[in-house]
Amino acid sequence: MSALRQPATDAHYCVELERPDDFDAWRTAARALVQARVPPDAVSWREPGGVGDLFAAGGCALPAPPPAAAPARASKRFLDLARHAALHRDPQRFALLYRLLWRLQAKPGIMEDKADADIAAVENLAKAVRRDSHKMHAFVRFREVAPGDEPEAGPHYVAWFEPEHHILRANAGFFVRRFANMRWSILTPAGALHWDGEVLEEGPPALRSDAPCGDPTEDLWRTYYASIFNPARLKVGAMLKEMPRKYWKNMPEAALIPELVAGAQRREAQMVAAGALDFAERPQTLDSLAQAIHACRNCPIGTLENRAVAGEGPHGAPLMIVGEQPGDQEDEAGRPFVGPAGQLLDRHLERAGIDRRAAYVTNAVKHFKFVQRGKRRLHQSPTAKEIDTCRWWLESERALVRPRLVLALGASAARGVLGRTVSIARERGRPIGLEDGSELWITAHPSYLLRLEGAAQEQQARLFDADLAAVQARLAELAG
Amino acid sequence: MPALTTLEKLEILADAAKYDASCASSGTAKRNSTGGKGIGSTEGMGICHAYAPDGRCISLLKILLTNHCVFDCHYCVNRKSSNVRRARFTPQEVADLTIAFYKRNYIEGLFLSSGIVKSSSHTMEQLVETARILREEYDFRGYIHLKTIPEAEAELVHRAGLYADRVSINVELPTDAGLTRLAPDKNARQIEGAMGRTKSDIVEAKDAKKRFKHAPRFAPAGQSTQMIVGADGASDADIVGKASRLYDRFGLRRVYYSAFSPIPDASAVLPLKRPPLIREHRLYQSDWLMRFYGFQPAEVMQAAEPDGMLPLDIDPKLAWALKFREQFPVDVNRASREQLLRVPGLGVKAVNRIIASRRHRTLRLDDVAKLTVSIARVRPFLCALDWRPVMLTDRADLRSMLAPRAEQLELFAA
Repeated sequence: MSALRQPATDAHYCVELERPDDFDAWRTAARALVQARVPPDAVSWREPGGVGDLFAAGGCALPAPPPAAAPARASKRFLDLARHAALHRDPQRFALLYRLLWRLQAKPGIMEDKADADIAAVENLAKAVRRDSHKMHAFVRFREVAPGDEPEAGPHYVAWFEPEHHILRANAGFFVRRFANMRWSILTPAGALHWDGEVLEEGPPALRSDAPCGDPTEDLWRTYYASIFNPARLKVGAMLKEMPRKYWKNMPEAALIPELVAGAQRREAQMVAAGALDFAERPQTLDSLAQAIHACRNCPIGTLENRAVAGEGPHGAPLMIVGEQPGDQEDEAGRPFVGPAGQLLDRHLERAGIDRRAAYVTNAVKHFKFVQRGKRRLHQSPTAKEIDTCRWWLESERALVRPRLVLALGASAARGVLGRTVSIARERGRPIGLEDGSELWITAHPSYLLRLEGAAQEQQARLFDADLAAVQARLAELAG
Repeated sequence: MPALTTLEKLEILADAAKYDASCASSGTAKRNSTGGKGIGSTEGMGICHAYAPDGRCISLLKILLTNHCVFDCHYCVNRKSSNVRRARFTPQEVADLTIAFYKRNYIEGLFLSSGIVKSSSHTMEQLVETARILREEYDFRGYIHLKTIPEAEAELVHRAGLYADRVSINVELPTDAGLTRLAPDKNARQIEGAMGRTKSDIVEAKDAKKRFKHAPRFAPAGQSTQMIVGADGASDADIVGKASRLYDRFGLRRVYYSAFSPIPDASAVLPLKRPPLIREHRLYQSDWLMRFYGFQPAEVMQAAEPDGMLPLDIDPKLAWALKFREQFPVDVNRASREQLLRVPGLGVKAVNRIIASRRHRTLRLDDVAKLTVSIARVRPFLCALDWRPVMLTDRADLRSMLAPRAEQLELFAA
């Protein structure tokens, strides 16, 4: 064993590599050196542009391996790792790889020993190279150049990129496979690649000014970048970890970053303020609820010249009747359903045998929404968002009154209870189960009957009566 | 109103899509554009072409075909009753934009979703048409992820799988009650029915591929889903349970968690405050524990506090280890792979390296330090040749020793 470790000669060898990424040349030389049993400290490796070695005064021819020498051994795992590590810009990489190859001859299993210093060093080199390649796949940005004198060739796409390691040539395949039917060039400070759709050519080192300086599509891309960013989730550290600043100068979208970050906290604060609803604790009694709604300014209706109209009726009423919103007369009186629609409702309730005084009567929206026309205040329908905002009050009322049955008059009332818009024609006449175990019945709003005339009114009045009768029957059933 | 320019439409429709968490482009069949007419390749590993300041990767052109919607889901910025600007792309416009971006190496492909216009089937047809133009007319071989619509005809959903690498249907909320309350137009059973059909399509296509070389591929990157966290009252235990049921029943590749974030023109039913982003992170960590570390869902739930929430200050694996201290310390030189995977601070890679290395030497603490990220973190739970934590594992203040210190650093001086 020790005899094998003995250097065959005490000469010093120097291997000159023609290119800094020439792994195959390193491999050929390393194989010959191992076979000639030249130990790692008797070899120095030189790449173009690299500094000379103190001991390697002159170029030495490689030793001829002894005729019966065993072939050099290297595991697949070593080769995979070495192929990547050889592209690192560390000038010591070839020496390190040779030292590891040398040790591998005596201990083939050494590659598994992750705690070994040489293995760890080679793994780190390979990792850095893989990361650099991956970032090249990701961050190369092509710019379109109009075809010029040969329009049939189609546009030419040119990119400027500055890799950290010697990875350009090794990654040509990726771009060829991806953009096989496109004319493209990648220019770097260490060399260039050109693909014309059929043949890949290498070019000399390039300058940034050789690449085009813009592309109209970059405006679209920047717009996309700014729009897909969610300012509510700023995590600058996570971005910097994967996209360090050194890459920014060649990425058109990166110019936006400082502005997006600065604006983010401001934008989120605005968003929250715009949607901020000042709901306190839910009121514990109907009286405190009636007090609280007067102060509600959570939607614009609350800021009009009007007053809140609370629901009325006994605590524990089995039936809750929900209308849309107070009208002109309700707003004056401060009580629900006292205007023309209320009077019509009272007549129909009486006909159906429902006692209004035993029911809790309220509205989906607590304030009167209107526009002023001269002396008159004209009713305006609340928007879906306003109904949803006011839903919090209706839910509080339901929680306090705990009706077994809720009768919603019209689509707004139904949305106030359900949180979604439903079709009255489709949903009327049958119960809809609610989360708290009570049930919802939906019918038209009496003001709808007021707007109709003749046969249509008679027909709708009949339907309305039928709905009320069904509700009365169901109430009797629930009570019995 | 004047017609919107492409730039304005892109602004509106990308903005509307940003609440979808997924941007993955990995794990699909390998292919490239040599021998074809167009461009595009997928080589297994996804590529993140940029990162936004929210730390999320931008791998795909993620947009909606339109943000008009007839549904009224409370958590969604595009719901019918929301007061946002609306826009609409044609399938051709989206295909052209995808190609223009891809040629400049901005993206890996397209992630297309849409608000529901006219009907679910009409919308699904438009999504499929976009994918068809890309695949058939442009011979595009990059990545396509299509959102499918559970209410659409099954045949259309099936066609989506033939063009796309991945299809997804969002379950939206972890509980059925939450869905009924916040997404009144959606139906949990319909969503799961569609997931079930997609699963059997995927299984069938894989099976056919084994026997017939030219059998068509069906969503080779599988299906995924997304859940919104913090918009309803579901606890972390509910969410972990739901996710593990989804993985089991539908063979999902991924369940994404999206911390509900305040949206412009928010519905009044929603909580206004966003859940801490770290909660989303803890859920992803628990997801990892189930998928790569051999934890059962019930064990992950053991790491939660009595109210069903995972601790926010420490990760769920550490929380579990602190609760079950009798299982530690484990001996790095003898413990099984399963035991090592339970050690907080040891990842799958570190465990692989420990197991490979200990065949060659008996590991000392210094050796372990070379194989892991932070030896200080794992030390209390390990024995090595020259190391025994003695009292450390039993210390009452171990949690505060290991929990990261609260810090508020200015990461970006802008």
